[in-house]
Amino acid sequence: MATQTKLSVLEETRGGDGDGGNWGEGSRGRFGWDPGAALPVGLTGIWIAMASITMFFAAFTSAMVVRAGLGADWTRVALPHILYLNTAILLASSLTLELSKHCLKAGRAGQFSGWLFATAGLGIAFLAGQLDAWRELAARGVYLARNPACSFFYLLTAAHGIHLAGGLLALFYLVARHRRIAEGAIGGTALKVTTLYWHFMDILWLYLFLMLILWV
Amino acid sequence: MARVLSFTIVLGTAVTVILFWRRVWWFPPNISTQGAGVDREFGLTLLVTGILFVAAQLILAYCIGRGRKSGRAAYNTGNLRMEVARAVLAAATFIGLALSSYRTWARMYFIGAPRNALRIQVEAEQFAYWFRYPGPDGVFGPMHLRLVNDATGNYFGLDPTRDPASRDDIVTATLGIPENRPIELLLMSRDVIHSFYVPQLRIQQDIVPGMVIPIHFTATRTGDYEIVCTQLCGLGHYAMRAPLKVMKEPNFKKWLAKQAAEQ
Amino acid sequence: MTPTHSQAIPRKAARGFLRKYVFSTDHQIIGKQYYFLALFSALVAMLLSWLMRVHLAWPRLAIPGLGELSAAGAPNGMMTPEYYLSLLTMHGTLMIFFVLTTAPQSGFGNCFLPAQIGADEMAFPRLNMLSFWLTFTSLGALLSSFWARGGPATSGWTAYPPLSGLGSITGPGEGWGQSLWIISIALFCVGSLLGALNFITTTLDLRARGMTLMRMPLTAWAWFVTAILMLLSFAVLLAACVLLMLDRAAGTSFFIPAGLIVSGQMIQGHQGGSPLLWEHLFWFFGHPEVYIAILPAMGLTSHLLSCFARKPVFGYRAMVWATIAIGFLGFLVWGHHMFVSGMNPYSAFAFSVLTVVIAVPSAVKTFNWLGTLWGGRLRLTTAMLFALGFVSIFVSGGLSGIFLAEPPVDVQLHATYFVVAHFHLVMGMAAMFGIFSGTYFWFPKMFGRMMNETLGKIHFILTFIGAYCVFMPMYFLGMAGNVRRYAQFVDPYLQPLMPLHRFITVAALGLGAAQMIFVFNLFGSLFGGEKAGENPWEATTLEWVAASAGKDLVVYRGAYEYAVPGKEKDYVMQNAPDASGSRAEKGARDGNAN
Ligand code: HEA
Ligand code: HEA
Ligand code: CUA
Ligand SMILES: [Cu+2]
Repeated sequence: MATQTKLSVLEETRGGDGDGGNWGEGSRGRFGWDPGAALPVGLTGIWIAMASITMFFAAFTSAMVVRAGLGADWTRVALPHILYLNTAILLASSLTLELSKHCLKAGRAGQFSGWLFATAGLGIAFLAGQLDAWRELAARGVYLARNPACSFFYLLTAAHGIHLAGGLLALFYLVARHRRIAEGAIGGTALKVTTLYWHFMDILWLYLFLMLILWV
Repeated sequence: MARVLSFTIVLGTAVTVILFWRRVWWFPPNISTQGAGVDREFGLTLLVTGILFVAAQLILAYCIGRGRKSGRAAYNTGNLRMEVARAVLAAATFIGLALSSYRTWARMYFIGAPRNALRIQVEAEQFAYWFRYPGPDGVFGPMHLRLVNDATGNYFGLDPTRDPASRDDIVTATLGIPENRPIELLLMSRDVIHSFYVPQLRIQQDIVPGMVIPIHFTATRTGDYEIVCTQLCGLGHYAMRAPLKVMKEPNFKKWLAKQAAEQ
Repeated sequence: MTPTHSQAIPRKAARGFLRKYVFSTDHQIIGKQYYFLALFSALVAMLLSWLMRVHLAWPRLAIPGLGELSAAGAPNGMMTPEYYLSLLTMHGTLMIFFVLTTAPQSGFGNCFLPAQIGADEMAFPRLNMLSFWLTFTSLGALLSSFWARGGPATSGWTAYPPLSGLGSITGPGEGWGQSLWIISIALFCVGSLLGALNFITTTLDLRARGMTLMRMPLTAWAWFVTAILMLLSFAVLLAACVLLMLDRAAGTSFFIPAGLIVSGQMIQGHQGGSPLLWEHLFWFFGHPEVYIAILPAMGLTSHLLSCFARKPVFGYRAMVWATIAIGFLGFLVWGHHMFVSGMNPYSAFAFSVLTVVIAVPSAVKTFNWLGTLWGGRLRLTTAMLFALGFVSIFVSGGLSGIFLAEPPVDVQLHATYFVVAHFHLVMGMAAMFGIFSGTYFWFPKMFGRMMNETLGKIHFILTFIGAYCVFMPMYFLGMAGNVRRYAQFVDPYLQPLMPLHRFITVAALGLGAAQMIFVFNLFGSLFGGEKAGENPWEATTLEWVAASAGKDLVVYRGAYEYAVPGKEKDYVMQNAPDASGSRAEKGARDGNAN
């Protein structure tokens, strides 16, 4: 779901940034009707999408807590150590994205692009790391249906991974246009939206990781 | 149209009131001790909602019938105090109703079965019920999943050769119970969710696989009744039922002995 | 037909038929697509309900043609019990998801939410198109199960595991049919989530100048709150569907307990799951869902009663707060579907109290509808008749919710036709009346023509009487202990009720036949209806503003300025400039304050 949301959100927001999109004529401000204001509907949209995604993961994690309390069949799984590294990578990627945004504001175009590339790279590294965690578990013979605890491990990491991949696509979108963004021609809102979503993925992962440590 | 509609509403209201009043179709008679509470609660709710129902429909019909005056209506955007007052009144009425049902519910579910209750296991499957009495020793022998076999009649997976407690257990297809004695049923399902419902007992409880759910009641009138399944359980759901036989205590003893002999 | 949209924004000339009418990003086209998708689903689901009703009343009757349609489900036209359950599942699923979640919200909402708040488009037009096509695919997946091996799913619209979780071993229809059902619902969830996102953003960001929240029409409020409910509840249903699918396909045990023996066969590899977990997740969605179904109809009823009684809405603010309260409380009451499920009996009591509390905002709304009508100057157009019918039927159906909300009474009535009567009156009929009144009211705006009023009135009175004849008797069936979801009534104690069942079936056939008048009127008027004027109902809201008003709409007042003293006409449009300083005027400027 996130994938499609993201892409379209990015596309639609172009209009508001005055990059020649044809859509912004009727533009109105956020939470109001100030005709002078830009049109960051993408920003509102991403907040709302995040509310929905929160609900989605709340359903999974509350199911996990209930399920863990149910029976004696809840056997805990030793979490792969690489998860800690992955967590660090993801946190770092949030940092690089902030740096990138900061450089854009400060007008350092080269550094902006550099940090943006770094963020995308770290995002890919995180996903690769998550896959490695799966490989390690599989090597131990711990598969999806082995017991409910590992079911939830795979479920939560997969669901988070898919949502993160959506954010990654958004990053790719920015990377592909980094020159024009640096010139200030396009993408102000797209950058904001992506940053928000990316930090959200970060916090979501911290929450999920904590839940995994506590329950799985 | 105005007249047709308001007449239809008044007529419909009248017919509904009459049908409820005359009890043309009604609950089957209650045969359990807690049923009276259910019936009283239903009656009370019917009274309250009935008044609201009639009032709302008649006001609506009146507005429709009288709404053809000429000229302009008064510019009236509402009255906050009146609204708050009515909301509080409605809340008090509805919450009062909900709270008044507390005792009956508590009696059904918060309080366990009395110690002298007769305990019977109920096993539901697609699409039948089986009942097990613990026999003179008062103990249910253990169940072994692997031994469950409908073809040989071992519905509960008993192993009388190994488990002494199983030897005197009595398994039946009819639920026979004595009158005026507390009964505790232990509901179990072996495949999907079923339910245990006897309208006359005013009892309904889902039977969930993986759980043992106790319910208790006391039947007060002898007779033959039906246990029906109310939880969608597959293609035979509509035909899933078992007889319930409420007997005088001596007759029950005789009946149970006969069942034991037939095993 | 040429769209007669109020704000004549010059759009980019759409390229070709496909882009214009099929893969369109135009909110009006998408709204109509949703509307016709719902209409199609409603007609299919209605057909299924006829088959069900005929079978229930005359179980040994061979239904002509049914044998050809499904050789396995109805050999020689004799319906098998599993086919009955398939029809039941499809009927409920189509009606709840594809009719009631679709037409009032995505259909009318897409057409008129932007128009009513003075926006030119939805916030994310491309996302909007995606939502529709996901919903369309979802419907395709669901209907395709009619041709799947074993037929469509048989576990009802609630799909309780283990019945729905183990595959075809629990019965025909639980193989491919159930999988398709889950896939379909998951797709529907995604489509609805994207749609909700769009609705909320549009309402928050794209309102015209002067359109404060407290000046929005109650329809817009209803769409807004409904979208929030959808955003939060469909996410949970999606999660639940993922878990159920994993249980079926990947051998996990979220909902499947250990030690099951189905048809003499031991189920291996599952352990410790809980069917109640599904019930909780499902009803956490399911209860908000029923309010998703009714809120737009409630908003529309408020809207129409005011317009056709030529009076302001009685207690506009109270209506808004009641809508919000229903939306909020709707998330706290799901347990009332589970009183006898085996969940903790203590929590039943909390759910019970919360459930009756949620009836209060509904009662407030009912009071205010009557208050709006009181002393009004009624114009009994067909749209108004359906709005009046809504009030009557909503009361008849809603009040029975109070019985069901009391745990010990629900013990007797749960899973009987009493519940079926309750939800068909509030949902099957009242919410459906909302769709009808919306159609008669907005048809001129959607298609530029008027619907035939005479046919409309005949349709109304037959539907109104039919609704009561079909569904009121079901209360009595339920009280007599008639269990729902039975393919036939073979129990001896149900035999005395058979005449009532036959009466219901005959009435249902008549009710269905009356719908043909509607369909005829709809399509007839589409092509041959009288041309509509700009504002045929003399309404005040922005969707009726003349196209010539241009795009720079400014809103000066609340949405229900009827019978304003001292004005020449008995209504003032929301965008009419503020000229005088009469008291009513001032009230209007503060957003129709009480
Ligand atoms: C549109 C859909 C809709 C709506 C609005 C409602 C509204 C309500 N519902 Fe209903 N319900 C369903 C759809 C709906 N329901 C469905 C589909 C099911 C079954 C699902 C299934 O099992 O398949 C169900 C089942 C259901 C149950 C579970 C029954 C069971 O399975 O055992 C319960 C229990 O509490 C319940 C309660 C209520 C209550 C208290 C309301 C309240 O909100 C009602 C509030 C309204 C009123 C109380 C009327 C207001 C009017 C007045 C007060 C009159 C005013 C008087 C004057 C002015 C004089 N509903
Ligand atoms: C919107 C909801 C809705 C509607 C309208 C209906 C309409 C009807 N329903 Fe349905 N019904 C359900 C929702 C609905 N139902 C649900 C959720 C279940 C439970 C499923 C389950 O147990 O899992 C159910 C179950 C159910 C049963 C219970 C079966 C059982 O438990 O064994 C019965 C039995 O009589 C029945 C009958 C009917 C009849 C005769 C009609 C109709 O004939 C009434 C006539 C139809 C109309 C008046 C509407 C026609 C609409 C149009 C013509 C188009 C409108 C325009 C647009 C959409 C754009 N229904
Ligand atoms: Cu067993 Cu229904
Ligand atoms: Cu509910």
